[in-house]
Amino acid sequence: MNLAKRNISMNQLNPHTWVDRYADYLFNYAIARISDEEVAKDLVQETFLAGLKSAKNYKGTAAERTWLIAILKRKVIDYYRKINSKKGKAEIRVNYKPGIDSDGDWLEEQVADPGSILENDFIENEELGLAIQECISKLPKKQSAVFTMKTIRGLQTEDICNELGINPSNLWVMVHRARTALMGCLNDIWFK
Amino acid sequence: MINCEEAQIICHKTQYKDASFWETLKLRFHLLVCKACASFSKKNTRLTTLCETASIRSLSDKDKVRMKGTLEDKI
Repeated sequence: MNLAKRNISMNQLNPHTWVDRYADYLFNYAIARISDEEVAKDLVQETFLAGLKSAKNYKGTAAERTWLIAILKRKVIDYYRKINSKKGKAEIRVNYKPGIDSDGDWLEEQVADPGSILENDFIENEELGLAIQECISKLPKKQSAVFTMKTIRGLQTEDICNELGINPSNLWVMVHRARTALMGCLNDIWFK
Repeated sequence: MINCEEAQIICHKTQYKDASFWETLKLRFHLLVCKACASFSKKNTRLTTLCETASIRSLSDKDKVRMKGTLEDKI
C-alpha cells in the first residue's frame, strides 16, 4: 500500500492485522452501547470497511486503534439515528412503573439515586474492559490468542493445545508472559 | 522445593483452577518463604478479578474469519 509508505515516521495503518488486533476491542465498545450482539458485530465490520475506504484521510497523528474507535463512535450514532427515523421521530419515554399505585410523586421516584453506585460501576467496568482489551491488543499475536482463549472464552487447556498445536508447558509459558505483560500494562490504579 | 519460575507457573494454573492438589501445596509453601512470589501471586489474583469484573466479551473465531474475509476482499 502506498499509503503506508507515506507515513514512515508516523503511525501506520495495517488493515491486514485489524481483525486480530482490534475486533474484540471494538466489539466490546459497541456491545456496551448497543446490546444487540448481531448489530454490534455488523458495526465492527462496517467500521473496518469504512476505515479502509477513508484510509487516505488517515494522517497518522492518532494511533490506529483511536482512529478506528472514532469511526465506530460515528457508526453507533448513525445507528441510533436510523432506528429513530424509522419510528418517525426521536422519542423520549417516561414510563410509569406498571402495577404500582404511584399517584402524586411518581416523577420524584424516578430521579436517579445519588447514593447508587450502579451507574458508576457500569462506567468503570466498561473503562476497565477497554483498558484490558487495549493491553491485550498490544501482546504478540500468539500470546493474545492463548490468553483470550483461556481467560475470556474459558476454554480447557487441552482444547487450546489441540487447536494451536502446542503442548501444555508451552501454553503456560505463554500465559505467564501474557499475564506478566498485562500486569505491567494495566495502569496501577486498577491494582490498588 | 520449587524455584520461583515454577512457582509462578503454578500460580497461573491456580488462577484457572488448573493446578493439582500437590502443585497447590508446593506453591503455598513457596509463598510462605518467598516475598517476591507472594506479591506476584497477589497481583496475579487481582488481574483475574479484574478480568472477571470487566465482563469482557470476545468474538468467536468464526466471526473473525468472516470479518477477515470481507476485509481482505476489499484491500
